[in-house]
Order: sequence, then C-alpha cells, then structure tokens
Amino acid sequence: MLIDWFTVIAQVTNFLVLVWLMKRFLYQPILDAIDAREKRIAATLANAAAQQAEAATERHEFQHKNEEFARQRAALFNKATQEAQAEHQRLLDEARQDARVLLLKRQETLRDDARRLNRTILQRTQQEVFAIARKVLGDLAGTTLEERLSAVFTKRLRQLDDQTKSVLAAALNSATTPALVRSAFDLSAAQRATIQNALNEIFEAEISLRFESAPELISGIELVSNGQKVAWSIADYLTAMEKGISEVLDGKEDADALPPPDPLLEERRGS
Amino acid sequence: MRLSPDEIIFWQNGFFKLNATILFTWGLMLVLAIGAKLITRHLSRDHQRSRWQNLLEIVVTNIEEQIEEVGLPQPRKYLPFLGTLFLFIAVAALATILPGYEPPTGSLSTTAALALCVLVAVPVFGIQEQGVGSYFKSYMQPTFIMLPFNIISEVSRTLALAVRLFGNMMSGAMIIAILLSITPFLFPIVMTLLGLLTGMVQAYIFSILATVYIAAATRVIKPRLERT
Repeated sequence: MLIDWFTVIAQVTNFLVLVWLMKRFLYQPILDAIDAREKRIAATLANAAAQQAEAATERHEFQHKNEEFARQRAALFNKATQEAQAEHQRLLDEARQDARVLLLKRQETLRDDARRLNRTILQRTQQEVFAIARKVLGDLAGTTLEERLSAVFTKRLRQLDDQTKSVLAAALNSATTPALVRSAFDLSAAQRATIQNALNEIFEAEISLRFESAPELISGIELVSNGQKVAWSIADYLTAMEKGISEVLDGKEDADALPPPDPLLEERRGS
Repeated sequence: MRLSPDEIIFWQNGFFKLNATILFTWGLMLVLAIGAKLITRHLSRDHQRSRWQNLLEIVVTNIEEQIEEVGLPQPRKYLPFLGTLFLFIAVAALATILPGYEPPTGSLSTTAALALCVLVAVPVFGIQEQGVGSYFKSYMQPTFIMLPFNIISEVSRTLALAVRLFGNMMSGAMIIAILLSITPFLFPIVMTLLGLLTGMVQAYIFSILATVYIAAATRVIKPRLERT
C-alpha cells in the first residue's frame, strides 16, 4: 500500500503547522515591512509633491513680485528722469537769468564808467577851456576872463526884454532879503560895483545885493531874487560839447554791443 | 525496490510510526521556519535592506502577484496557505541536491495529505466568500443533474493533484537511483538538474491548480437573468 494513513494525518498536521509558522515568521513580517516602506514612499512622494506645489506657488509669487518691482522701478526711473529734466531746465533758466542780470550789471557798470569818464573829460575840458580862454583873453585883449564875464552879464541884463524885466523888477521890489549874485569866482570890487550900477540903472532903484561865490556854476554869474533868476554861464556851450562827446561814446558802445557780422551769412545773403 | 520514503521506518508503536517522510518533513519545516525567522529578525523598513530580505520580498510579492493574476482579488487572505504549499514543495524538490535526502513529496501519503488540505480548503474559502447556500448551490450548476459529476470532479482532481506530484517526484528520485546503479558519474548529475526543474514546475503546477480551484469556488455565481 503506497498510502500510509498515519503519515497522511501526520503530514496534514505538519503542513498546517508549517502554514502557521510561515504566516508567523515569513509572510506577516515581510508584508508589514513592504507596507511600511510603501507608506513611507507614498508619504515622501506626497511631501515632494506638496513641496513642489509650494515651490511653484513661491516661484509664481516671486515672479509676480519681480514684475511688480520692475514696474515700480521703471515708474520711479521715469519720475526721476522727469524731475531731473525739470531741475535741469530750472537750473538752465536760473543760469540764463543770472547771466542776463550779470550782463545788465556789466552794461550798467560800463555805462557808469563811460559817464564818469565823460564827466572827468568834461571837467578837464572845462578847466582847459577856461585856462585857454583866460590865456587868449589875456594875450589878445589884455583883459581877464572874469572881467569879460561880468561885462557880458551886465550886457545881458541891459538887453533883457521888457516883460522879463518887469517880472524881475516885481520880484526885486517885493523881496525882503537882498538879491543874491552868485558867481563861479570871487568878483572884484570894481566888478561888483559895475553890476550894482547896471542893476540900479536898469530897474531905476537902489537894489541891495549880496555876493557869493559858487564854483559849480562853471564860469558863470547869476542873479537870484524871490524865485526869479537871471543867469549866464559857459555851461551851455559845455553841455552842447558834452552832448557831442556822449553821442560819440554811445555810438562806440552800440557798435561794441552788436555781434560781428558773419561773413559766411553775408555771403549767402549776397548770393 | 523502494517507491516511497514511507517505507523507511525508524520507530513504530502500533499505528504510530516515525518514518523518513515525517522526519524529512520536520527537517524542511525547521529549515523554513528558522530561515524565515533569521531573515525576518532584522527586517529593514527603509530603502536599504539585506540581500536575503530582498530575496524573500521577491518570493512573497511574486506569489502574491500570481495569486492575484489567477483571479483572487484579495491575495493576502490566501497567501499563507497557497504560498506555503509552493514553498514546501519547491524546497522539498530543491533539497534533492543533498546526498541521502529523500523528498517527502515523493511519498503518496504526503501528496495525498497536501491534496486533502486543498480539498478541504476549497469549500472552506468558498463558503467564507459566498456563504453556505450559495456555495453548495454551485455544485448544481448549470442543473442539479450535474451534482454527481461535480462531486466526482472534485474528488478526481484531488486525486490527480496527489498522484501527479507523487508520480513526478517519485519518478525523479527513482530514475536517479536507477541511473546511479548503471552510470554512476555524469548522467545522474544531469538528471538531478532535470529533477530540480521538474520539482519547481510541479511546485508551481500544484499551487497554481490549488489557486485556480479556490478562485473557482470563491467566485460568486450571478443569476443568468442578471448577467444578460
């Protein structure tokens, strides 16, 4: 008999025991280990996915911020450029204004200088004219300038028209103070007497006079009484001369102020 | 001529006896259990693991995949039974390279015991899955006339399981024994290699057939009307 029933029973028992042993020592621990590993891998993958998603979000955010920053920077840059341009314009305007003011000041200074020079020339001319006149008179006519001046003044007084004369007479008569005779030089007693006599004769009365010297009168004599004045001096001649000199100087200044003509431009215009 | 290791009896007391089949089975059980215990003692749950653990994981996951491929959706439930069947038969065949060893699967008593286990396991799993009534009704499919044939088929396939495994294992051992007496040097080695292959194939066939039987028993039969 090939089948031994005791062995069959024993083998069934053995097999069942082996099943239990294998389940206990092999399948369960191995499957547990696999499950644990799979769980761990799944967790790692999930974590990685979450991190990736987070990274993507952060990257998106960063990009957004970057764009925003670039936009702001461009806006700031534009603003700064505009401000700089405005400041540039302002500074330029200011500089132009300053330059204009400086130019005006310089022109003014130049004009002042010219005026001063004018005056100096005038005074010098005056002195020279006086000196020449005095010398010429002395050499040719044997008289002094002062004498000739008093004579001329007296002559002028006598030649006054009637209306002037009457007005002056009224002024002299109503005056409470003596009439004032001012001259650029000290009048000698004879000259004073000549003038006194001439006035007495003209106005047919005793005119009280007071003599005073005033160098600023420029070689002239004047009679002042109660707001009326009769005067003669060489100042008028000098004024005419000054005017002539001024015209010459101004003409030179204008010529200096004008820019030199552009030969090329002239040529083009010509052609 | 000895056909089965059952015949090597070391000790006997009436019905009880201790023969080579039982003794070699205990040996295999010890090797399997101690080996499993030794390897699974320091199991790594990390990515780094020992090559023995890798081997066991490959074996276990492959068995699991095979069970699932045959048609059992919850392989972990059947893994201890079907996996142990395969491992026991495979290791019993593998150990034939050891001199003086006789495979316990070369005994009809062992193969009959394994086939009986399958015979019992099929209805147990079937009832567990679809209930008593539904399971026994499956014997009368498609009509009640089929009941005796179904029962005969159940018994005969169990017998076939037992005899197929026994025949293959016994013949392998016997061919080697005969060849050893004729050409004692090279040829028996080639035949031993062939025997190893046959043993692995038989282990696979036995366990896969058991899986198929259990899968057929646990499949819930739906009424014909519902199916159309």
